[in-house]
Amino acid sequence: MVQKLHPTPMLDELETGPWPSFVTGLKRLANDNPMMVGVLGQLERSYRDRKGYWKGGTISVFGYGGGIIPRFTELKDESGKPLFPDAAEFHTLRVMPPAGMHYNTDILRKLCDAWEKHGSGLIGMHGQSGDIMFQGARSDKVQDAFDAINELGFDLGGAGPAVRTSMSCVGAARCEQSCYDEGKTHRTVLNSFLDDIHRPSLPYKFKFKFSGCPNDCMNSIQRSDMAVIGTWRDNIRTDEVLARKYFAKQGLTNMVNDVVNRCPTKAIRLVPANEIKSGATLSTVKVSDEHALEIENRDCVRCMHCINVMTGALAPGKDKGATILCGGKRTLKIGDLMGTVIVPFMKLETDEDREKLVDLGKRIVDFFAENALEHERIGETIERIGLVNFLEGVGLEIDANMVSAPRMNPYVRTDDWDEEVKKAEARKSQAA
Amino acid sequence: MSTATATPRRAIESGVPDNTAFLHPVMKKNYGNWKYHDRPRPGVLHHVSHSGDEIWTVRAGTQRQMDVYTIRKLCDIADQFADGHVRFTIRSNIEFMVADESKVAPLIETLVSSGFPVGGTGNSVSMIAHTQGFLHCDIPGTDASGAVKALMDDLYEEFIKEEMPNRVHLSASCCEINCGGQADIAIIMQHTKPPKINHDLVANVCERPAVVARCPVAAIRPALVNGKPSLEVDEKKCICCGACYPPCPPMQINDPEHSKLAIWVGGKNSNARGKPTFMKMVASGLPNNAPRWPEVSEVVRKILFTYKADARPWERLSDWVERIGWPRFFEKTGLPFTKYLIDDWRGSRSNLNASAHIRF
Repeated sequence: MVQKLHPTPMLDELETGPWPSFVTGLKRLANDNPMMVGVLGQLERSYRDRKGYWKGGTISVFGYGGGIIPRFTELKDESGKPLFPDAAEFHTLRVMPPAGMHYNTDILRKLCDAWEKHGSGLIGMHGQSGDIMFQGARSDKVQDAFDAINELGFDLGGAGPAVRTSMSCVGAARCEQSCYDEGKTHRTVLNSFLDDIHRPSLPYKFKFKFSGCPNDCMNSIQRSDMAVIGTWRDNIRTDEVLARKYFAKQGLTNMVNDVVNRCPTKAIRLVPANEIKSGATLSTVKVSDEHALEIENRDCVRCMHCINVMTGALAPGKDKGATILCGGKRTLKIGDLMGTVIVPFMKLETDEDREKLVDLGKRIVDFFAENALEHERIGETIERIGLVNFLEGVGLEIDANMVSAPRMNPYVRTDDWDEEVKKAEARKSQAA
Repeated sequence: MSTATATPRRAIESGVPDNTAFLHPVMKKNYGNWKYHDRPRPGVLHHVSHSGDEIWTVRAGTQRQMDVYTIRKLCDIADQFADGHVRFTIRSNIEFMVADESKVAPLIETLVSSGFPVGGTGNSVSMIAHTQGFLHCDIPGTDASGAVKALMDDLYEEFIKEEMPNRVHLSASCCEINCGGQADIAIIMQHTKPPKINHDLVANVCERPAVVARCPVAAIRPALVNGKPSLEVDEKKCICCGACYPPCPPMQINDPEHSKLAIWVGGKNSNARGKPTFMKMVASGLPNNAPRWPEVSEVVRKILFTYKADARPWERLSDWVERIGWPRFFEKTGLPFTKYLIDDWRGSRSNLNASAHIRF
């Protein structure tokens, strides 16, 4: 039963040390899976030569165009035969995780059994876009593997120029900072784009990510084309019992240095406990009989810092929702782009609210499909055509929250300034 | 192809699965109703609901690329202690939720004795977000999995303790596409030589106009080489980014000797305190030294421990540098400030010091 392994002196060095070793796992699989014997052989060769030896190709399952990442070995002898024939094919199935990456052991065991039967037994949890990566199926096993996983209620994720697999934080399931139902929103939005996930036909990839608060644990602002970041409009909530508990432990010095002084907009102040003011936009809490904190919520940018430090003592308000940002991505091709605000606030409480988000997503993906150049991300499209053209294209109104500062150059035609002033006044009266 | 007569199974396009069935009962009951949390010890979160319910989470590191035996072992542990529920974090840590505090200590003991480090919470160095590397990628310059394993061995103590000024996120990426992502400290491939072109293959393998369009500096143009249609690279313009390699594998960018590793610092996605920041390159030219990349680990450790010693509470790496300034960052870490660290890409003037603000 036990297979003979190729010598792997370099990989063996990754079996030392206290951190769990993926090499040890590969070897365990190689005990009774010839494919993994070959994969270890090829991986050792890559370590020796400092060179990758997989090439892509085209593999998919019946009815889908994407979701499988094909890999064929390039390590061949003079006659073109693979050096490690059992590992000549090593395809990955990208499978979408449940929102928040919650599992029970029953489903994990079933997924393991399916993958042990049809694939290598190696599972990456999770890839950088959030997929469960079932790594290592032969071409003739990909369909069977997918069928088995699909029957368990799981579906392929995105690959290539498609809407991609998404991620959401632990959120409402276990986090006090959650500002909307991340799991439900994630699932509702993604499942409205299944055709664009499974049948790649966009100019390039398009990613949604869902973070429940501005701590943005899913890194949506830097890594997604459309980021949904939880926030709130009303006042920060306070809890005197927990505030006093924090103060008793940390004292005045730490509270001033770690909370008051680190507020980016100086919205939070230390005030004497007997001079607490009340006001419609003030949050106040006594931390002791002498000292209190006062937050002017109009100046607060919802950065989360004071709430992170004094969790529970300070908490997001009750009028919750999300800020929507668009266009985040890493360098290629024009340089790093942060997502920027396209909707300062929208409610995400009801199915109807979530449908509005889906509708916005559809308008943006449609605009992307029609207007982006090949291999251009939406952030690059916005950079190329300007935010205003993008907003007009997707039917969003401008808002001063979308800029960090107004224009810094005079290079613009303003012939119809008066018309735009009327529009601005109309927006103002509509909001009032 | 299987037998032509067999009817292929039509996929159930079920999309993202409903997670409600997978939630721990206490989490399902208190969904959206949590009040606060604290951390009784590194690796453990204690959440309290407005209902008064409590739940303890024990977080453990994994190797991310797991064999089914490892996953089944984790399932056994979850069945024994955590009512059969787990979740994973974005940094490949696994979390066990328990409603009974008395199970926390034996759960930790079992995890640690099974080889899973407990930690990664609060002001610790969490597991490194990383890319596929040689194991599965078609364009890798290095093996992030190996570099990560070696570095996490080194930083094990920082994972299981919470002794950093604030949380520290690391990432590792096998090419400049940077799938590992923004981080407080990131390890990224940095090629130093233009692609080596196999002109015999270009015409058959590559869609040439698409490859030309992919170049950020317009250094690629169509050419006839040895009578065959191919592509050529203006090597004076080429910035060795490797963008041409994925759409055109005959333009090999990876070089065992000349593909180096660079270190970037100061990426932050959270909005806490300052706005989110992109990371900056602070070192490069490190050798691609498999299987344990000791030179890379050394620079990361140097930056990390300088930050640990020097930063004030709640300063992320970017906050720390904002306070002490870049000259002092290079002075304190001992890293050389070279001309290649002065940005000259579009928008780069915003990275220059347009003031008389100098720290002496």
